[in-house]
Amino acid sequence: MKTVRFVVVAGLLSVLPLAGWAVIETYDFSSPDLEVRYHSLSQELRCPKCQNQNIADSNAPIARDLRVVLYEQLEAGASDDEILAFMVARYGEFVRYRPGVDRNTLLLWASPVLLLLAGAVGLMWHFRRRRDDAVQPLSEQEQRELERLMAQPNRDTAP
Amino acid sequence: MRVKQFLPLAVFVLLAGLLYKGLSIDPTALPAARLGQPFPSFSQSELSSGVEVTEQVLLPGPALVNVWATWCYSCRVEHPYLLQLAERGVPIFGLNYKDDSAKALDWLSQLGDPYRLNIVDAEGSVGLDLGVYGAPETYIVDESGSIVHRHVGVLDATVFARDFERWFPSVSSAVNPAMREAEE
Repeated sequence: MKTVRFVVVAGLLSVLPLAGWAVIETYDFSSPDLEVRYHSLSQELRCPKCQNQNIADSNAPIARDLRVVLYEQLEAGASDDEILAFMVARYGEFVRYRPGVDRNTLLLWASPVLLLLAGAVGLMWHFRRRRDDAVQPLSEQEQRELERLMAQPNRDTAP
Repeated sequence: MRVKQFLPLAVFVLLAGLLYKGLSIDPTALPAARLGQPFPSFSQSELSSGVEVTEQVLLPGPALVNVWATWCYSCRVEHPYLLQLAERGVPIFGLNYKDDSAKALDWLSQLGDPYRLNIVDAEGSVGLDLGVYGAPETYIVDESGSIVHRHVGVLDATVFARDFERWFPSVSSAVNPAMREAEE
């Protein structure tokens, strides 16, 4: 029974959502719509201090400050674009997990298309080479030689 | 010899070059968004006098704005060097970031005060407008009050010589020989 319980617990733990580690804080939103926007923006904004966390997940003081700013601006009626512009003006494009397209981020945005193209070129190359290597029919002389060899009795088995 | 044979080598060299370049990039050094812009306007009280100060106090530059706090260990490491710079005539303004004013005053009376004055930013609002994400950070403000450089982390002689000295030409030539001996 103990093993079964262990397996069940381990199985449940393995599907524990990582997003569940998000910081727990309570804000009273004046409308459910603002709350939805708060959650989506706090997951899109990157914590400047901890680099690989968004501000929703981070416990860093700066992330908490940014969440407070985000909450206050949402309640003050700012649009998503205004809030993102406010953050970018202070912390640069770095602060967005979805940076705008500019000279620095062009390669980043283009990379899925470029990789897809590279893959397509690679595949085309591969198939063309396979076709070139395809089996050539035997010449008449080779065919005769083959038949002669096949017709010979197997000397290994017949004493 | 077919060109294709060298493809794996070419890929390897390219990748090795890329990764080698990556070694010398510091991912925690973020580009400062405020470069070239005027210092954000503020109206905060000054640490020791309690007088209300605005961004006008930084004029005329060039001057340093040093973000510090008593909870910041690296600020303590940096502090002796700031005292040296102040002695050499570099104007340094402090931004006492998310700190307790009583503790900050204690710190200055015990360790010495390199600052012309200190802007109290207990809430971190000036820091937020500047794009501060930790302490210490040091900004250079030019004659017109624009931010021309940001250094994140401890300011020391190497960093000063590399990024700061050209903004304070009279200071670099005025290194007092006694101090140079003391450093050696």
